[in-house]
Amino acid sequence: MAKATFEVPALTQYTEIPAVTPDAMAHSAPFVAKADFQKPLGFPGGLVDDWQTTAIAKMRELLGRYRSLQVYLDSCVKCGACTDKCHYYLGTKDPKNMPVGRQDLMRKVYRRYFTLAGRFFPKLVGAEDFTKEVLDDWYSYYHQCSQCRRCSVFCPYGIDTAEISMAAREIMDSIGVGQKYCNEIIGKVYKIGNNLGLPGPALEDTLEGLEEDVYDETGVKVRYPIDEEGAEILLVTPSADFFAEPHVDGLIGYGKVFHEAGVTWTLSSHASEAANFGMFIGSYANMRRVAQRIREAAIQLKVKRIVFGECGHAWRVAYSFLNTLAGPWDFLDPRYPVPQHICEFTFDLIQQGRLTFDKSENDDKVLTYHDSCNVARASRMGDTPGGQFEIPRAIIRATCNHFYDMDEDTIRDRTFCCGGGGGLLTDDLMELRVKGAKPRLDALNNVMQEKGVTHMAAICAICKSQFTKVLPYYGMEMDQIVSLHQLVSNAIVLTGQGDGDLEDEDETDEAA
Amino acid sequence: MAFLTGFYALLFYFAAVVLVTGLVFKIQQYARTPAPLKIPTTPAPTTRGGVIFRMMREVVLFESLFRGNKWTWIFGWMFHFGLFLVTLRHLRYFIEPVWFPIQLVQPFGIYGGMAMVVGLAGLWVRRFFVDRVRYISAPSDHLILALLILIGCSGLMMKFVFHTDVVAIKTFFLGLYAFDVKPLPSDPLLLLHLLLVAVLMIVFPYSKLLHAPGLFFSPSRNQADNPRERRHIAPWARQLEQE
Ligand code: HEM
Ligand code: HEM
Ligand code: SF4
Ligand code: SF4
Repeated sequence: MAKATFEVPALTQYTEIPAVTPDAMAHSAPFVAKADFQKPLGFPGGLVDDWQTTAIAKMRELLGRYRSLQVYLDSCVKCGACTDKCHYYLGTKDPKNMPVGRQDLMRKVYRRYFTLAGRFFPKLVGAEDFTKEVLDDWYSYYHQCSQCRRCSVFCPYGIDTAEISMAAREIMDSIGVGQKYCNEIIGKVYKIGNNLGLPGPALEDTLEGLEEDVYDETGVKVRYPIDEEGAEILLVTPSADFFAEPHVDGLIGYGKVFHEAGVTWTLSSHASEAANFGMFIGSYANMRRVAQRIREAAIQLKVKRIVFGECGHAWRVAYSFLNTLAGPWDFLDPRYPVPQHICEFTFDLIQQGRLTFDKSENDDKVLTYHDSCNVARASRMGDTPGGQFEIPRAIIRATCNHFYDMDEDTIRDRTFCCGGGGGLLTDDLMELRVKGAKPRLDALNNVMQEKGVTHMAAICAICKSQFTKVLPYYGMEMDQIVSLHQLVSNAIVLTGQGDGDLEDEDETDEAA
Repeated sequence: MAFLTGFYALLFYFAAVVLVTGLVFKIQQYARTPAPLKIPTTPAPTTRGGVIFRMMREVVLFESLFRGNKWTWIFGWMFHFGLFLVTLRHLRYFIEPVWFPIQLVQPFGIYGGMAMVVGLAGLWVRRFFVDRVRYISAPSDHLILALLILIGCSGLMMKFVFHTDVVAIKTFFLGLYAFDVKPLPSDPLLLLHLLLVAVLMIVFPYSKLLHAPGLFFSPSRNQADNPRERRHIAPWARQLEQE
């Protein structure tokens, strides 16, 4: 683990609200995208000459397109309810990381150019010209927001700073100031099909390897198919699931669940990525283009259902936006929601009593569960509100003997972001990521001390990668973070497991 | 005296026009701007009825604020509920005959006035003493509180110390409806009260007081959570599909 070049905060029993420390994180900014990464997304390669006018024009366009932006910029009464809710403020003490502080960076420009009061009495209402300094602040602080929506839970008007950050990034992209990490990745999705740039043949190799591993371990032939036309289910999962720990253990788990369900399924090399970074940069056009791949894959592979693997922001785009961006889904089986979450799929089988578990396989662990921000506050599972909290917990209880929740103030819709969401999961933002993880890790540390918790399960690729990287800074072990379906995978008893016989279900997969 | 009456008559016509046209403009702007994506803060109700119930809890109880900050909630709710009672009590100056429920509410209006001022004072103290709230406050945030406190205090002074001729006031305002300007009592407190009220009406559509209509248009609160069941698409987004 690289030595930190900044001070890692000390964990406290309960997260304390820090005193306002202006500019504590003013130095933090991610690498700027070069022209090569801007062009494929349709953005100018560098800061355009008349950037100020262009930016204001873009802002006008967005105000006309997004009611959220218009209403949120007008409505804030500066009540302060959100000021202590952002993990980045709690971890960095910088007041521009208070949600309202972050919004005000845009609101002061909005007031100056779009409101009467700001035009005539800028000082009075805190309006400011859009100067280069303001733009620099935008670049810095709109890349210190993981779009986790925790602020919107507590705001009396539901003002969602994520919406404002997205709009700000879209405006910056439109004048040629893009973020390297996000824009490079979106380019990779267009060119290769996934965020990690893994080409089809590499995926096939990996999946074959998984089949062998699972066979060696269980004696059962579980399949991990890709590009198999005519399969019932298309699985769309974050590309980290293909190789990184602990993600891949989750993918192994999905395969075992499908196997036991006796359904045919397939991955797609065309849509080999669940995440949609178009959302992070607030670009409807790019988000739509990324989402369309899934539609194309579903049509091409003639599947009947779409299931998403464990990923937080991806599930938001899938659950809340996919129907809008890539629907209608009238060519799929109408008996199932489109798309479904792998947790919904597994939970249904558990309820029908179709899965057998040996919970003692997870007895080496005492678990807690991290509600991923975008699953918690921007989506649902099952038919009742709050299913996104209950279903994953029900799966853990069905597969593990030892489970404890963290402090109520830090879970369910009040959960803290891992600190790496929203396009910030990049090494050039390490200080921010470490500090932003503090509130979550305070709560984790608390249950570790009090309940002897050893592991935290999550259902998001970003959370898993972020914690793997950040836990060691706080003196914890990187493998304390596990995939939810890793627990399923450990505990599930496959039909025929142990007696070495091949399963007859396997043959049905050969339809293609 | 005649000059004052004429001035106040014009002032209130002007203020009323600004308030109404300003609000109508803003509301139709909010209503016409599409919300292209489903973004309710979840868990959210899945039906229209559920959304109405959620919105009612926000408007009447300030539910989210309650979860967010208890002190702000106590003072904020005191102020708004007080303001609500005061408004009801004030209706007697503007309607003839005075409806029975408005007659009943008269005494509570006074307590409302007191609650309003106490609530406002509490909110203002927070703006000075909580460093985070101090950081986000612009001069206008202080001024609006000062304005409302002054309106409240001048009103309470009229009620308890320097009485004014409420019958004449009512005649003046009812007269304005018919463009028939009747004399307005010239008590300084009343003139101050009314001047500040006119200022409040004028700034309303140009300030953060837009939170009142804004709340009803907030997509994170007014959308139903049913994106898988029903396809939601904005007109400008549909155009992208035709391209
Ligand atoms: C639908 C009606 C309304 C709702 C739901 C509503 C709700 C709220 C809420 C939740 C707050 C934040 C908490 C607080 O600081 O009190 C607030 C603040 C405020 N409201 Fe309202 N309000 C409404 C109407 C009004 C009206 C008509 C006025 C003005 C005459 C007003 C003036 C204010 C002011 C000045 C603040 C800021 C207080 C501060 O500085 O902390 N509100 N409102
Ligand atoms: C054109 C509009 C208004 C008129 C003509 C008006 C007139 C008056 C009068 C005559 C009183 C004295 C009542 C008495 O002696 O019994 C009063 C009291 C009061 N006014 Fe107003 N007022 C107006 C608007 C407002 C507004 C908008 C507010 C609050 C923001 C307000 C807040 C109060 C309060 C708190 C009191 C003391 C409690 C009470 O008697 O109800 N007034 N007002
Ligand atoms: S969305 Fe999350 S990260 Fe962004 S300001 Fe709100 S609480 Fe902070
Ligand atoms: S909670 Fe909402 S209204 Fe209050 S300061 Fe924050 S954004 Fe503004």
